[in-house]
Amino acid sequence: MRYETERTRRRGHADTATDTLARGLGLFSIALGIAEIAAPRALARALGMKGQEGLIAGYGVREIATGIGILASKDPTPWIWGRVAGDGLDLATLATALEGNNPKKTNVGIAMAAVAGVTALDVYCAQTLSRESPHPLPPMQDYSDRTGYPKGIEQSHGAARDFEVPRDFRAPEAMRPYTQPEAPQRPMPSM
Amino acid sequence: MKALVWHGTTDIRCDSVPDPQIEHPRDAIVKVTSCAICGSDLHLYDHFMPGMKSGDIMGHEFMGEVVDVGAEAKGALKVGDRVVVPFTIICGECDQCKRGNFSVCERTNRNGHIAAKAFGHTTAGLFGYTHLTGGYPGGQAEYVRVPFADKTHVKIPNGLTDEQVLFLGDIFPTGWQAAVQCDIEPTDTVAIWGAGPVGQMAIRSAVLLGAKQVIAIDRVPERLDMARAGGAITINFDEESVIERLNELTNGKGPEKCIDAVGMEAHAAGTVDAMYDRVKQAAMMETDRPHVLREMAYVCRPAGTLSIPGVYGGLLDKIPFGAIMNKGLTIRTGQTHVNRWTDDLLRRIEEGQIDPSFVITHTVPLDQGPEMYKVFRDKQDGCIKVVLKP
Ligand SMILES: NC(=O)c1ccc[n+]([C@@H]2O[C@H](COP(=O)([O-])OP(=O)(O)OC[C@H]3O[C@@H](n4cnc5c(N)ncnc54)[C@H](O)[C@@H]3O)[C@@H](O)[C@H]2O)c1
Ligand SMILES: [Zn+2]
Ligand SMILES: [Zn+2]
Repeated sequence: MRYETERTRRRGHADTATDTLARGLGLFSIALGIAEIAAPRALARALGMKGQEGLIAGYGVREIATGIGILASKDPTPWIWGRVAGDGLDLATLATALEGNNPKKTNVGIAMAAVAGVTALDVYCAQTLSRESPHPLPPMQDYSDRTGYPKGIEQSHGAARDFEVPRDFRAPEAMRPYTQPEAPQRPMPSM
Repeated sequence: MKALVWHGTTDIRCDSVPDPQIEHPRDAIVKVTSCAICGSDLHLYDHFMPGMKSGDIMGHEFMGEVVDVGAEAKGALKVGDRVVVPFTIICGECDQCKRGNFSVCERTNRNGHIAAKAFGHTTAGLFGYTHLTGGYPGGQAEYVRVPFADKTHVKIPNGLTDEQVLFLGDIFPTGWQAAVQCDIEPTDTVAIWGAGPVGQMAIRSAVLLGAKQVIAIDRVPERLDMARAGGAITINFDEESVIERLNELTNGKGPEKCIDAVGMEAHAAGTVDAMYDRVKQAAMMETDRPHVLREMAYVCRPAGTLSIPGVYGGLLDKIPFGAIMNKGLTIRTGQTHVNRWTDDLLRRIEEGQIDPSFVITHTVPLDQGPEMYKVFRDKQDGCIKVVLKP
C-alpha cells in the first residue's frame, strides 16, 4: 500500500488517517450500492422519482464496483476520483427531481445535502492521496560530513583489528571455511 | 524534580515527581547532565512492549555526576564522580555477570519472577523500561537512583564532552556488540538493516573491525546519507529490492554477516508478509513484525551469521527456520552486555578512532522531551538522535 503523502513519506510511517478514510469511503460505497439495488422502488418513492428505478439500481452497481475498486486496489486514488465523478452524477440526477411539482422536494433536498457532504470528503481524500509522491525525496538535512571518524575513515578502517573477539562470540570454527572466499582448500573426503 | 513520565500509548509528559532517595546501601544518586531518547523507548512510547504502568519514569541512556552514595558503594564511587550509567543494571557477582553476560544478570531484576514467566528465566534489571525488567525509574529526569551502583557505572575522565561519551551507556556498545557478534573477517560483507542510531553505530563498528564492505538498508534519506558518511553502501528499501541488490553486491553469494538494527516495528512497504503481520497483530495473535528477520534469513550466505540487536518482545510468526537450519546460520542476539565493552570503547574514543557524537541531530531541554519523542519516532526534521538536558 502507498498511502503516504509528501508530509509523511520520509518519516517511514504510512498516512493512516487518509488510509482509513479511503477504506471508509469504499465500505460506504458498497453499502449505498446494496441499498440502491435492493430497494430501488422505495428510494424512488421517497424521492418522487417514480419510473427511474432502473437508473437507481444502475447507480447501485456503479457504487459497488467503485467500493470494491477502492478496497481491493493497491492504489485507491483513481477510484476515489471515480467517486467524486459519481457524486457529480448523483447530484445532477437529484437536481432534475427538484423540477416541476414533485411533492417530495424536501426529501430530495435532504438527499442532496447528504451527497454534498460525502462529496466534500471524497474530494478531500482524493486530493490528499494525489499529493503522494512516488519519487524519492531529497534528504531534509545534509549529513554527508557526519563520518564519526575524527582522523578520517582510512585511519579508522580496521583500527580495531587489535580487538580479540571473545570466545563465546566467535563464529563456529567448522563454519569458517565456508564463508571465506579464499579459504585454504581442504582435501575433500573421497565419496 | 522534573522527569519524563509514561502515562499511556504515545502519552509522555514532563511531570514534577519526588526526588529519588538512597534505598539500599549499594545505591547511588546521580544528577543527570545529559540523557538521550533511544529506539527502544519508541517501543514503549508506541506501547508495543508490554509491562508499562502509568507513572513510570522513562530513559535508560544517561550520564551525570554522583551526588550521594550508599554505604556499600562508597569503595567504588564518591560524590563528584562523573559517570555514564549503563542501561543494564548489574550485580557483578552472579554466574552470568562473572562470564560478562551482564544483560542476563541473575540478581538485579526485582521482578525476576515475572520475567521468568514470560521468558523462562529472569534477565537483568533495566532502567526506565518495563516491569518485566524491574520497572526501575529511568534517567530522563533530573536525578536517578542507581541500584547496584558500585558495579553499574562507567567512570568518565575529564577532558571528554558529555556528547562524546553519553552513548557508552547504550547505543555505542549495542552497535559494537552487534558487529562483534558477527566475528568479522577482513573478507566479510556486513549488511545492516536499519540506519537509526543503533545501525549507525553498527556501521562504524563494522568499519573499525575491518569489514571489507558494509551495506546499510533503510528508507529515510537523511539516515542513508549519514550511513554513507560512515563508509557504508546504501540500499533504499522503498526503491530497490533489498535481496536483489545484496546479491548483486556479493556476486550472488549473499552477505556473510547480517545485522538486524530495526527490531519489532519493522516497516515493510507493500509486501504480502507485511499485511499478514498487520492482520495478525490486530487480532492479537502475534506481537512483533519480523519482516527484517525473514529477509536476513533468506539472503544471508550459507554458514553465515545473523546478529540481532533489534528488540523483540514476544511471539514471531512465519520465520523461515528451514532456511536458517539448512543453510547452517548462526544466530546471536540479546540486550547489550554494556560493561563488557565500555573500557575498550572509551579508549577508542580517547584515541580518536571514533567520536560517537556524530549521530546527534537535536539537543533540547528536558521539558521539550515529549515533543521530541514524536519528532524522533516520525523522523521529522531530519531527526536521528535526540539529547536532552535536564
Ligand atoms: N540490544 C540492545 O541492547 C538494544 C539497545 C538499543 C536499541 N536496541 C534496539 O535496536 C533497534 C534500533 O534502535 P534505533 O535507536 O536505531 O531505532 P530507530 O527506530 O531510530 O531505527 C530503526 C530504523 O529502522 C528502519 N527500518 C524500519 N523498517 C525497516 C526495514 N524493513 N528494513 C530496513 N530498515 C528499516 C527505520 O526507518 C529506522 O531508521 C530498536 O529495536 C531498539 O529497541 C537494542
Ligand atoms: Zn536503548
Ligand atoms: Zn549479576
